[in-house]
Amino acid sequence: MNLLKKLDKEWYRKLLLPLLAIITALAIGAVIIAASGASVIDAYQGLIEGAFGKPRAIAETLVVTTPYILTGLAVAFGFKCGLFNIGVEGQLYAGAVSAAFVGYAVKGLPVFIHLPLAMLVGVLGGAVWGAIPGYLKAKTGGHEVINTIMMNHIMLRLTDYLVKNPMLDPTASIPRTAYIEKTAYLPKIIPAFRLHWGFFIALAAVFAVYFILYKTTVGFEIRTVGHNQSAARYAGMNVTKNFILAMAVSGGLAGLAGANEVLGLNYYLPASFISGYGFDAIAIALLAKSNPFAIIPSALLWASLRNGAGLMQIRAGISIDLVNIIQACVIMFIAAPAIIRWIYRIKAVKAEGGMILTKGWGKA
Amino acid sequence: MRAATGNVQKEYLLRTLSFCVLTLVVNILLILFSFRFRSDHSVSLLGFGKLGSIPIRTATAILILGCIGLAGSIAPLVKRLKVEVNVTFYITATGVVSALILWAAVGSIFDMVGLVALSLRLSTPIVLGAMAGMLCERTGVVNIAIEGMMLTAACVGFAATVYLNSLWLGLLCAILAGSVMAALHAFLSVSMITDQIVSGTVINILAVGLTGFIRRSFLVKAKLSRTAILPIISIPLLSKIPILGTIFFTNQPIVFFMMILVVLLTIAFFKTRWGLRTRAIGEHPEAADTVGINVFRMKYLNVMLGGAVAGLAGAWFSLETTGSFDDMMTNGKGFIALAAMIFGKWHPVGAFIGGLIFGFSDALQIIFQIKNIPIPFQFLWMMPYLITMIVLAGVIGKSTPPAADGEPYIKR
Repeated sequence: MNLLKKLDKEWYRKLLLPLLAIITALAIGAVIIAASGASVIDAYQGLIEGAFGKPRAIAETLVVTTPYILTGLAVAFGFKCGLFNIGVEGQLYAGAVSAAFVGYAVKGLPVFIHLPLAMLVGVLGGAVWGAIPGYLKAKTGGHEVINTIMMNHIMLRLTDYLVKNPMLDPTASIPRTAYIEKTAYLPKIIPAFRLHWGFFIALAAVFAVYFILYKTTVGFEIRTVGHNQSAARYAGMNVTKNFILAMAVSGGLAGLAGANEVLGLNYYLPASFISGYGFDAIAIALLAKSNPFAIIPSALLWASLRNGAGLMQIRAGISIDLVNIIQACVIMFIAAPAIIRWIYRIKAVKAEGGMILTKGWGKA
Repeated sequence: MRAATGNVQKEYLLRTLSFCVLTLVVNILLILFSFRFRSDHSVSLLGFGKLGSIPIRTATAILILGCIGLAGSIAPLVKRLKVEVNVTFYITATGVVSALILWAAVGSIFDMVGLVALSLRLSTPIVLGAMAGMLCERTGVVNIAIEGMMLTAACVGFAATVYLNSLWLGLLCAILAGSVMAALHAFLSVSMITDQIVSGTVINILAVGLTGFIRRSFLVKAKLSRTAILPIISIPLLSKIPILGTIFFTNQPIVFFMMILVVLLTIAFFKTRWGLRTRAIGEHPEAADTVGINVFRMKYLNVMLGGAVAGLAGAWFSLETTGSFDDMMTNGKGFIALAAMIFGKWHPVGAFIGGLIFGFSDALQIIFQIKNIPIPFQFLWMMPYLITMIVLAGVIGKSTPPAADGEPYIKR
């Protein structure tokens, strides 16, 4: 009850803008569909059925929701410290590579050691890859937006090299690592579907992030630094430490997502492992306004758009890229609520705490 | 206070020391590397176009480079010499790159003129992108959407070329597409006061969706996959100059546009009324407003001009290089362009030099791959990105953005 009371009494007001943003974006999508000569109803029906039409479709949507929750959390955690982590994609790769290595190279361990170990190493891989731009930001003022993007590209090449050379399974027909040991498998929830326990791990991560951010001193410091760096410094907080820590946690969450994909879905790491989760994660975090709990529906929406797109393409002959356009419109309206307010004539209630991330390039 | 300065000094010393140790190790490795060529008396052949080629004893040359680097890495530790660590870094970096070139030149001629010409060509989208960023940031709008603007322009330019059957109209459409995307960025960040990085991200995501949609819905269905590319133009007389003629005066149009724009923008920024106003807004919009400059109009104008330049950069990919359009074909060049802009300290000439360095590392990677140098090609691919990070870490020294960069202007 206490938690419910704490929920804002005007919760519907908070939901109104995001909902209108989604509806408006879908309307724009409808215009594009109609303009390219396809049936809007067919397309959107396909989109919904593709995502939720059958039990298998629902399970597949949840399979995609899992990394979306984790990567969305990763971006949101960075936002809370005033950091824009665009490097989630690279950190996810780092986690996937590390977890895959422990998964196949370490042999003879029991499940209850091997699986957690592989996940932990995956988290660590992501955390290290995330902490580097955090360190660079804190020590040299190099802007994390550029650095994380550069590290994405570097990781992409590094993964390609590792999988094709030292980690290559020479017996495989495609370039990939060896299969991980059975003891590192993340078990499935229902044997017939691909949905695995990583989904629940992601949900647990939501609670963990909420707890860290709002119930611990560490989280308080991170949020303070994100809110006002100079005030935090004046209060004796170590900004450098918090930058590195926030980026490490953010990267760790992304690394966990990568580990999940390897340990729960593929059981190996292919060379052409292109996820795209890292970039969608930015949108998910923006839509959720970095609220850990709001990440769940936000991730679900993105996953259903991604999963439904295939059937939409078959039914209406509309390219799956339409989904990207709709998504871009959603965040555009979320980022600039004034547009939505203008369209629907909604008055601004009070100054909404917008997040200002842009602080030039050199200034730390 | 004293404690604070002590800390700064300690940090400075630590930075110097770690740099010296790092470069020291690299140079020792370089010297060891030279012994590899001692036993078989390798000779490197550096080609200079029609002027012939120069043979150099590989082992000796690399040994000398290593020794110079070694001296350079110790120099900052001697207080009297007053050598900055940055100099050390440059000496060592030059040494390593030269050694790699010498290695690649063993046995077969390494075309130095070709290397520089290729660097210039590959630097074109980066320099243009950097100037696009500069146009925006000099009026205080951070633009991380250059990547998205380039991608959209590359796609629209290609589609227009195919449908209108004219490369030059295609080029025009690319430029327009860039500025339309920029207008959206200006609308979101100037009028809607959206966070500029968020607004840029929106445009980047939108560009991926839009171009993918256009490609799969129209281009692929209509089986339109290839077109001619913009022709190579040789400027009469000037292109006859040995070496320089090949590098600077025999190029495709967008390369020429890029070089012209560098000169033009330098003059425009620092010698014209428009430039003064632009810079005033970037440094102190309130002050600019009080003296009667229309801040919003200037911001819109400059951001859209920047979009047009980014559009030109986008056309480089589809109309000048490949004659086709692929998903994500800009491949992060828009972000590297931002690093070149920071490297160049928000000055067109600086951006040109910065862009050349990135173009050079790209060119090296391509030539090394052709020459079959036994370095995994993935590591060569990483070079531009690594260099970007090193640049941002401030090896180049302090680079200060316009004072009001990234701050939305709210008229009171």
